[in-house]
Amino acid sequence: MIELNNVSKWYGQSQVLDACSTRVAKGEVIVVCGPSGSGKSTLIKCVNGLEVFQQGEITVNGISVGAAQTDLPKLRAQVGMVFQHFELFPHMSITENLTIGQIRVLGRSKEAALAKALGLLDRVGLKEHASKHPGQLSGGQQQRVAIARALCMDPVCMLFDEPTSALDPEMITEVLDVMVELAKEGMTMMCVTHEMGFARKVANRVIFMDQGRIVEDAPKDEFFGTPRSERAQQFLSKILSH
Amino acid sequence: MNYHWNWGIFLEPVKGGDETYLDWLLTGFGWTLAVSLSAWLMALMLGILVGTLRTTPSKPLAALAAAWVELFRNIPLLVQMFLWFFVVPELLPRELSLWVKQDMPAKEFITATLCLGLFTSSRVAEQVRAGIEALPSGQRMAGLALGFTLPQTYRHVLLPCALRMVVPPLTSEFMNVFKNSSVAFAIGVLELTFQARQMQEDSEQGIETFFAVTLLYFICAFTANRVMALIERRTRVPGQMAGQMAGHQTT
Ligand SMILES: Nc1ncnc2c1ncn2[C@@H]1O[C@H](COP(=O)(O)OP(=O)(O)O)[C@@H](O)[C@H]1O
Ligand SMILES: [Mg+2]
Repeated sequence: MIELNNVSKWYGQSQVLDACSTRVAKGEVIVVCGPSGSGKSTLIKCVNGLEVFQQGEITVNGISVGAAQTDLPKLRAQVGMVFQHFELFPHMSITENLTIGQIRVLGRSKEAALAKALGLLDRVGLKEHASKHPGQLSGGQQQRVAIARALCMDPVCMLFDEPTSALDPEMITEVLDVMVELAKEGMTMMCVTHEMGFARKVANRVIFMDQGRIVEDAPKDEFFGTPRSERAQQFLSKILSH
Repeated sequence: MNYHWNWGIFLEPVKGGDETYLDWLLTGFGWTLAVSLSAWLMALMLGILVGTLRTTPSKPLAALAAAWVELFRNIPLLVQMFLWFFVVPELLPRELSLWVKQDMPAKEFITATLCLGLFTSSRVAEQVRAGIEALPSGQRMAGLALGFTLPQTYRHVLLPCALRMVVPPLTSEFMNVFKNSSVAFAIGVLELTFQARQMQEDSEQGIETFFAVTLLYFICAFTANRVMALIERRTRVPGQMAGQMAGHQTT
């Protein structure tokens, strides 16, 4: 479903991604972790072309992301993305947030879009908030709306960039629950997160990044059991001690 | 002080004519409104366009927009007025140049509106640019990630938020348009300041004249202020404090 081949990226002189390769099969859930500044966000943003990369190749659903002839908007419409800070559109109601992409990008009718939106809003448990605006919801609720917004587009895979790290502790679970359910339904997911409980529960593999490199890419049990690199061991003991 | 007060002067006929001085002032007020409002409309449309282009990833377009802003913002308005009126027509192709100088209808009005509109557009553009740049960068990404093209991202995501944010700073630009329109008298537009000077010379009642003119300018600026405040209230987003579009809320 997602395939990265020796992807490298530079900001000017400084290299932020160094020959990253991995693949996410259909229905797989991959957790990406690593210290701050190690390139996790950059990597995940390369997957749907929000960041450009200078070397290597990324294909999503068979389409090459970096190729000049690729219709990026069309590709991105098939890849759901959830951000750390939710990034709901603050001037639109929740319903509009969920329908505008369907109407403007997928060309669905207003009625079909609304039906889809209300269905997904119900699924994330926020049906009664349909006519509110993002500023009237809590962070956890906003993030669940953001997930529903991405799902409205019927994505072939989902990207998450630290979806719970801007949330107060008591709201993390409500968002993780939605993500766990999504994973169990067979959604292909690439999740940047430090929620190791989530990783243990649903991840197939865990990727550990450090200084722009994929240092470790191992099945979950292997990763938590015997991480090979010293950096990964240090990192793990640090976040698990919280 | 032996100034001869005469508040009745406004209703007296002008020297050698059958209009009153009030007629003069009101005609002037009409032209002031016409120049200011046309220029403001033009400034809004061009300013939003230019300010938007300055924030696009396209280097040539952003540079063009930056040049636009610097050009119209850094030359004194009065000098721009003279440039458009006396210099630009000379630079046109011969036929067109002749037509502009001899036959163009409402030449002074059009020149003044164009000049004031372009000048103000550079100031509007700066506000719009600042508004767009103040939005969290994630908003642009969220729009693109949803599958919007860049123009759609501006149309549906960035501009609605940025424009809401810049209503307060644009208020003073709107008020400035009325004040700046007085410069149009220099190229012979019969607007309020022009009429005021004429009335003052004709009637020798300078204090009354400029009192009335001040009042009329004040009414314009005050109305502009109220209109913008109304727009701000009408477009306010539920659950959002004024100016909050720029920040993340993690309540
Ligand atoms: N726009 C940018 N310009 C220059 N450097 C950047 C930019 N964005 C990120 N970086 C750098 O790239 C590196 C990786 O950043 P990021 O992918 O955000 O890391 P992570 O998500 O793992 O914390 C960091 O060193 C960061 O400073
Ligand atoms: Mg990050």
